[in-house]
Amino acid sequence: MHDCPKFAYCKGGLPVAAANKGSIIQYRIAKKQSTFIIINDVLNSMIQFEKFTLANGLRVIVHQDMSTPMAVMNIMYDVGARDENPEQTGFAHLFEHLMFGGSVNIPDYDEPLQMAGGENNAYTTNDLTNYYIQLPAENLETAFWLESDRMLSLAFGDKSLETQRKVVCEEFKEHYLTKPYGDVWHRMRELAYTKHPYRWMTIGKELSHIENAKLEDVQHFFFKHYRPVNAVLVVAGNVTVEKVKGLTEKWFGDIPSGEKYIRNLPQEPVQTAERRKEIKSSVPLDALYKCWHMGSRLEHKYYITDLLTDILSGGGSSRLYQSLVKEQQLFSSIECHHFGSTDNGLVVVEGKLVKGVKMEEAEKAVEKELDRMKNELVSDLELQKVKNKTESMLAFEDMSVMSRAASLAYYEILGDAAWMNTELEKYAAVTTEEILKECRNIFRADNSNTIRYLSEN
Amino acid sequence: MPDRKLAPQIVDAVNFELKLKPADRFTLRNGVEVYAVNAGAEEVLSLEWVFFAGNWHEEQDLVAPTTNFLLRNGTSAKTAFQINEHFEYYGSYLNRACYNETATITLHCLTKHVRELLPVIKELITDSVMPQNELDIYKQNMKQRLKVSLKKSDFIASRLIDVYLYGENHPYGKYSRAEDFDALNREQLQQFYQKYYQQGKLILFVAGKLPADLEPLLNQYFGDLPNTPIDTGTLFTSPATGKKFRIINDEAGVQGSIRIGRPFPNRHHPDFMKTMVLNTVFGGFFGSRLMSNIREDKGYTYGIHSYIQNHMHDCSWVISTEAGKDVCEATIEEVYKEMKILREEIVEEEELLLVRNYMMGGLLGDLDGPFQIIGRWKNIVLNNLTEQYFYDSINTIKSITAEELQALAQKYLNPDEFYELVVV
Repeated sequence: MHDCPKFAYCKGGLPVAAANKGSIIQYRIAKKQSTFIIINDVLNSMIQFEKFTLANGLRVIVHQDMSTPMAVMNIMYDVGARDENPEQTGFAHLFEHLMFGGSVNIPDYDEPLQMAGGENNAYTTNDLTNYYIQLPAENLETAFWLESDRMLSLAFGDKSLETQRKVVCEEFKEHYLTKPYGDVWHRMRELAYTKHPYRWMTIGKELSHIENAKLEDVQHFFFKHYRPVNAVLVVAGNVTVEKVKGLTEKWFGDIPSGEKYIRNLPQEPVQTAERRKEIKSSVPLDALYKCWHMGSRLEHKYYITDLLTDILSGGGSSRLYQSLVKEQQLFSSIECHHFGSTDNGLVVVEGKLVKGVKMEEAEKAVEKELDRMKNELVSDLELQKVKNKTESMLAFEDMSVMSRAASLAYYEILGDAAWMNTELEKYAAVTTEEILKECRNIFRADNSNTIRYLSEN
Repeated sequence: MPDRKLAPQIVDAVNFELKLKPADRFTLRNGVEVYAVNAGAEEVLSLEWVFFAGNWHEEQDLVAPTTNFLLRNGTSAKTAFQINEHFEYYGSYLNRACYNETATITLHCLTKHVRELLPVIKELITDSVMPQNELDIYKQNMKQRLKVSLKKSDFIASRLIDVYLYGENHPYGKYSRAEDFDALNREQLQQFYQKYYQQGKLILFVAGKLPADLEPLLNQYFGDLPNTPIDTGTLFTSPATGKKFRIINDEAGVQGSIRIGRPFPNRHHPDFMKTMVLNTVFGGFFGSRLMSNIREDKGYTYGIHSYIQNHMHDCSWVISTEAGKDVCEATIEEVYKEMKILREEIVEEEELLLVRNYMMGGLLGDLDGPFQIIGRWKNIVLNNLTEQYFYDSINTIKSITAEELQALAQKYLNPDEFYELVVV
């Protein structure tokens, strides 16, 4: 039911429909949440939009689609778990929950929206925080009223903080403490990152950070990050630019600009020696997790890396699955993906071993497949296949207005909303030689972090 | 400066006139019915082949889902790898799924590629060979996956509540065990395949930007399948005798998975649609009574919701949540308190209007796009309903009264009639 993506956390608790929408939107953002959905032909249909900026610095993007009766409002704030104080982790996400606890002029956020026939949700990642509403286009102004008031100021009630602390603690337990292997990404981040704040997960390093959150910290966080100058507003669907301009001025125009948040995060030093860790736990099967550092979201290398992980895993004809699950039967499942993070990320290989298979043997077999990637060019057909897959994957997700709105906001936060329309070209430009070179660059022992997660049984 | 205390005027969604876009219907030479919705701006297609091959029809556990799973794992001409590579090369998505009454193959692709893909789908339906080696790998990996799942309290709880509601021999209540995987053999699968796929009954649902020659195209590949009628028959449930269950699955667990459920009639019963509205008030959305009280006020859980299981035959009404171990009993108490309030107090007009608007707004969003529309049609066709069902549901949302809701609560929301389970 709680089908939120692995690297994001949402307000949650909604029945399937709304929760799923969260995970669709995530594809471009947290990539590889391959809950697959639907298609359209991006090549033929560029996403049209208009962009303007209010005097207070709020960037506004309007994307019109008159074929739907609905309107979507998406607000992305340029703040995520990486912007947290190491002693107060999990704060960006806890804060996301508090955004639903009532704002300065409106005691209840959800009720008026539901009355207007709307739905909403939100999610937080290590890089950003996103809020979205879908409602009948006739009632668009309700969304403006609600979102602008909570950007103006929250109600900051003790009761809301107390309740949401508990809710988030239950969320923490539900996803990380009660699930077998549930702690592995906490451990892996701590192993792979020594300085960069990616070393903790969005949900936070430990329960106590959330339990100890104070109201004054909450207020400070709000006025530092939730200002017009640090946000992107997208309005999409059955709307006109003229109407959106008027409503934006009316509702967001008088919110104080705030100070631009200048991100100055400790950078992760280049890893120079292999790191390994062993965990023994009462899980039923041995599992292997390996990570290597990769480049940032803004480099051309990102597209190369994205495609090479698709060649390794992601379909019934991918390399790791075919070789290690089907032919050699060393793993019962194996996947390769990457974090898709804005700053330098990680490429991941994770798999569960077939009972009785030795860990050394399994790991050696993985290395052998990676060696092939480092020593032989992948075939043109293989590269074309993953490019085709990417094309339809992007097209599928662009079918929904809600997802287009989130993507526009995401690219604008990254640098420019127009990048949404050049994404496919960037994938198309990748060559087999680049893949070979990038595999040699990434899959080095001294760039690797390995966790052997062993069953005690 | 806008008056921020004053909510903007809204149009009540309850006043919208919603229309279900009609589906084109035609039959292939062999009588296979096709429902098609030609809509959407993009050059894309979704095709779904529905067979009456769900676990309702299997004589031994897991034969139906295993047969369905292995459909694409080899034909006499192609290996599993070749089949996967073919569909992936065209950037298409081939999926299959096994349900209780039906089992499906679905294909999502760019319309321009459909001609390359249909012949291979035909191959899967007529010439799947389910190689022994593929079956062995499947058994081994599914047993391993099951082992991991059995560590999770929510997995155990969801299985057990269905056992209590339907009985473990009923298709809705039975669950997979390691020994069921061990007992599978190729001959059973092939027999099942022959009867329910090769010769079985098929209905097709197509949506998106349809090719002009859709009908001849489908006739070419699927017009000569035998399409033999399948009798779904009647199976009786055997609910548990006890009502309250507490299970410890993990001594060190920090949360309990709570399931509270009661039998409920299916879509053909006059109470069904009305109860959809009551369910929304009770636990069907973020602003529901259960969510407002147990998450937003008490903070016992990350989420709690209630739903009516949408089976074709017997249904049930279930409340589901994961709550802190030490607040599980308090959570259950609050659930019953909310039932009591619905039985004893009338739902205020303001709240009812909110729920009507929320449901109508949701419907409006749900009807947005060809794949959503065909989904509605599929629901109507497979449940032997008519188009009128859609309009009756809307009328119910618009016109149900608070008194009717209270009467339904008094009829169905009685704690004594619910099975109650906590798995830690």
